[in-house]
Amino acid sequence: MNPTDTSRPDYFHKVVDCQWACPAHTDVPEYIRLIAQGRFTDAYLVNRKSNVFPGILGRVCDRPCEPACRRGRVEKKPVAICRLKRVAADHKDEFRDRLAPIPQIKNGKKIACIGAGCASLTVANDLMPLGYEVTIFEQFGEPGGLMRTNIPSFRLPQGVLDEEIGAIIDMGVELKLGHKIESMRALLADGGFDAVFVGSGAPKGKELKLPGRQEAAANIHIGIAWLESVAFDHVKSIGERVLIIGVGNTAMDCCRSSLRLGAKNVKVMARKPRQFFKASEWELEDAEEENVQIVINRSPKAFVVEGGKLKGMTFDVMEYDVDARGRITAERITGEEFLPADDVILAIGQENAFPWIERDLGIEFDKWDVPKVDPVTFESTRPGVFFGGDAAFGPKNIIWAVEHGHQAAISVHQYCQGLPVADRLAPGVNLQSRKMGMHEWSYSNDYSPVERRLMPHVSLKERFKKINIEVELGFTAEQAAEEVQRCLNCDVQTIFDAKLCIECDACIDICPVDCLTMTPNGEEAELRTRLKAPAQNVTQALYVSAPLKFTGRVMVKDEDVCVHCGLCAERCPTAAWDMQKSHVKWPHAADQPSATAAAGLKSA
Amino acid sequence: MTFIPKPKVAHPSLPKNALGLTRRDYEGALSTLCAGCGHDSITAAIIEACWGISARPENVVKLSGIGCSSKTTAYFVSGGHGFNSVHGRMPSIAMGANAANRDLYYVGVSGDGDSLSIGLGQFCHAIRRNLNMLYLIENNGVYGLTKGQFSASADIGTKAKKGEVNQQPPIDPVLLAMNLGAGFVARSFSGDKAQLVPLIQAGLKYPGFAVIDVLSPCVTFNDHEGSTKSYAYTREHFEPVVQADFVPFQREITADYGAGQAMPVVLHDGSRILLRKLAEDYDPTDAGRAYGYVQEHIAKGEVLTGLLHLRPTDQSEFHALNRTPEQPLNQLPYAKLSPGSKALEKVLARYR
Ligand SMILES: Cc1cc2nc3c(=O)[nH]c(=O)nc-3n(C[C@H](O)[C@H](O)[C@H](O)COP(=O)(O)OP(=O)(O)OC[C@H]3O[C@@H](n4cnc5c(N)ncnc54)[C@H](O)[C@@H]3O)c2cc1C
Ligand SMILES: Cc1ncc(C[n+]2csc(CCOP(=O)(O)OP(=O)(O)O)c2C)c(N)n1
Ligand code: SF4
Ligand code: SF4
Ligand code: SF4
Ligand SMILES: [Mg+2]
Repeated sequence: MNPTDTSRPDYFHKVVDCQWACPAHTDVPEYIRLIAQGRFTDAYLVNRKSNVFPGILGRVCDRPCEPACRRGRVEKKPVAICRLKRVAADHKDEFRDRLAPIPQIKNGKKIACIGAGCASLTVANDLMPLGYEVTIFEQFGEPGGLMRTNIPSFRLPQGVLDEEIGAIIDMGVELKLGHKIESMRALLADGGFDAVFVGSGAPKGKELKLPGRQEAAANIHIGIAWLESVAFDHVKSIGERVLIIGVGNTAMDCCRSSLRLGAKNVKVMARKPRQFFKASEWELEDAEEENVQIVINRSPKAFVVEGGKLKGMTFDVMEYDVDARGRITAERITGEEFLPADDVILAIGQENAFPWIERDLGIEFDKWDVPKVDPVTFESTRPGVFFGGDAAFGPKNIIWAVEHGHQAAISVHQYCQGLPVADRLAPGVNLQSRKMGMHEWSYSNDYSPVERRLMPHVSLKERFKKINIEVELGFTAEQAAEEVQRCLNCDVQTIFDAKLCIECDACIDICPVDCLTMTPNGEEAELRTRLKAPAQNVTQALYVSAPLKFTGRVMVKDEDVCVHCGLCAERCPTAAWDMQKSHVKWPHAADQPSATAAAGLKSA
Repeated sequence: MTFIPKPKVAHPSLPKNALGLTRRDYEGALSTLCAGCGHDSITAAIIEACWGISARPENVVKLSGIGCSSKTTAYFVSGGHGFNSVHGRMPSIAMGANAANRDLYYVGVSGDGDSLSIGLGQFCHAIRRNLNMLYLIENNGVYGLTKGQFSASADIGTKAKKGEVNQQPPIDPVLLAMNLGAGFVARSFSGDKAQLVPLIQAGLKYPGFAVIDVLSPCVTFNDHEGSTKSYAYTREHFEPVVQADFVPFQREITADYGAGQAMPVVLHDGSRILLRKLAEDYDPTDAGRAYGYVQEHIAKGEVLTGLLHLRPTDQSEFHALNRTPEQPLNQLPYAKLSPGSKALEKVLARYR
């Protein structure tokens, strides 16, 4: 292998598994260290810079970071990254005075955002400090999008939403509530806007066309519309026996909301076995804790109606053959089953829909009627019109919508400055040694064997009394203090300088997890088999040095389960290894050269 | 040294030996040696070797004298027994322990100072008595612990850190051991675990005195330009001539050695040492020729490594010579161990 090119910012970024997996590249280990030091507001701001809504995300983020977390490979469970985010949000002090100031004198450019969901709010958050005048149009009477209308308040309290959305709106955003955009043509022609961002989400719930659907319509609900009615208090009750069709995250919110509106017997009906479920494991656990029954291998067949009223549903009982790689190779029906029900909620997916965008404006749609959007710039085929969030590529989640918003804001800014939207500052990485002196490192390099802390919940007796009782209580101070120590500080990188190495083996012998090997070079696949512990996880890089002075062998580090303990650097007599903190610079609109030049500031 | 202990966390797929233990179960206390010291690498090799032969930690006896090298017995197999004797006197302790219990693995760790200066006499007699033990000399050419004075293994012309040049001829432990009739004589290098680990395993299993002279650079006092025991010098001059691979009883020999070249030596428990000659004209089983060969190469400034001499069958081991009881003394019934005052009277009467 060639010596690893660590000048590519990707290399060290990727070592920080959580940050690499986070769509917005939140600097996780940094905020965890700040929490450990009791610097909650600082931790909150590190979060906010990337993910904008730490209090919200600290409760309901999809957390792609956690399955990626290195700790989950070293022992059983990853660091409770998301829960710690909430710790920062819950304990922070006033932070608004520490946000970028909003210029009094505007730059003369007006931006329209359609929909007040997290995508549009992020665009506003990034552009307001640059002097833009941002107007957000929202059809409903309150901002927040699905975060407000679909995520139930027992998971995400109103107060948290209000605070974090308020911080953006109060930058001087013009928020037009109850203002549905009915025609893009009109907006483009008469709005007086220099650029338009479409953050209208994916509001259309999927239908299930089966016999009886029409006749029983009164008791069959589309999941996301039903949750919205619940959020706006239009629906206050539901029948005793409820069937939820589908087993994604929407289904989980529907079943748990049903229980709070009077349902006694709630079943979630899944077509396939558990390993194929779309819902996150923790959402399934939370639902099961509330005695929701999840029934597998049932494919909906018909709604059973008697006397114009829903009686229940019939299902095909399914059987599947699964191969060694976990894929379904065959399926067959082995029988039929009837289940009685008073109400059925359909939670089988959603789509974006744009009946209000005329098709002759130069905004092209593909054959599935989905707008053509550039995956880097988020520009549509009409210059100056951008899409982001669920509106761009269909339903994802909040953290993706936020990152879309950041990227779209860069494009809007470039566009309004008359610069090519594809001209964007590349990500960068800074490295700084963490050596303090003899045997001292300026980070907590000790490995803590503590197991993942469990989130305390409101008791089953209490939580159903009102729909908006938040179930998760948040970590106690003791739990937070222990959990932060589980983070391995993956951003404190092991940096190797081949010319200093005297091949004494000290680092190899001390490494507790056998990451290091000095060996003759080879092709990657073969080299991986020859390391002290075979490097079987090919998604993790090998860090290969230049040839060593004495023997021409190479130093190879398998990044996979390095616990960043720093013992290699501690033991090396020549300081060939050093522990250096990497800081990933993931640029936002304010970091673009055109923005920093305009503000007369240097990029932070 | 470091003040930060190695955390207990381990690679999730760390292999287990026949006893269900991982390599980490054979570790010891935190090393207090200088970072980069060759002795620490040898410690790691001992750990690997003991794990590899599935030695029960409680069956390992660690013996040493005084010196940085002698401190290392604390750094491996914390579940074993240990004795840190006075300077140069480890062989006597080893003999006493060995006499009392032949069922254990005896690992003596010594230094060039401990064995070739103050302890030279003890070392020679341990060979002569053919103690069943593995004797490791962690050879760095200096007294590391007392801050780097030349030891008896320092070569003529080698330079001390402050510049003075050694004038006295060295004592070479390999030649000395061959001369005194040791049956297992090896030389290796702390920086070559592929060679050292199987040597240690073979030495532990060898029924008789097994000595390995391990070149082990002292990073602090003898790793400079002009030293003949530095990492750089050793890397340049060491020359493996016989590779010895250790094959435990349970495992079949994998046939990746050119047949004819590999010579298996079967030990009493069925395990084997496979000797692979890397130099055509070298015969490690012929003590006389091996002695000459090694001496010639030393004169040329080459450091030959590997299992330089192996006497395959060995009847003259300490226990056989002295007809000691099969059973360890602590397992003999008390009456047998202590025949009583009457029997003592009888014995004493013979000398009156
Ligand atoms: C039941 C459910 C639970 C979910 N749970 C989670 C979760 O726990 N974690 C997570 O990360 N994600 C979750 N999601 C997904 C997440 O809510 C969305 O991915 C995210 O809200 C998308 O943000 P957005 O800004 O793109 O759009 P949205 O949040 O959908 O916001 C779009 C806004 O645009 C408005 N709008 C639409 N058309 C117009 C128009 N023509 N004129 C004016 N206004 C308009 C809408 O009223 C809405 O307010 C969940 C989704 C659902 C349905
Ligand atoms: C009887 C006695 N004499 C002298 C000493 C001082 N002393 C301590 S260690 C040592 C030499 C150790 O050298 P070596 O065995 O090569 O070990 P190293 O430290 O080099 O590994 C000496 C002379 C002593 N401890 N006891
Ligand atoms: S251990 Fe910490 S830094 Fe590493 S992936 Fe997990 S949360 Fe991120
Ligand atoms: S920091 Fe160094 S010693 Fe620690 S686990 Fe990583 S490679 Fe091994
Ligand atoms: S400890 Fe330092 S000098 Fe020794 S092998 Fe490792 S990197 Fe090289
Ligand atoms: Mg010495």
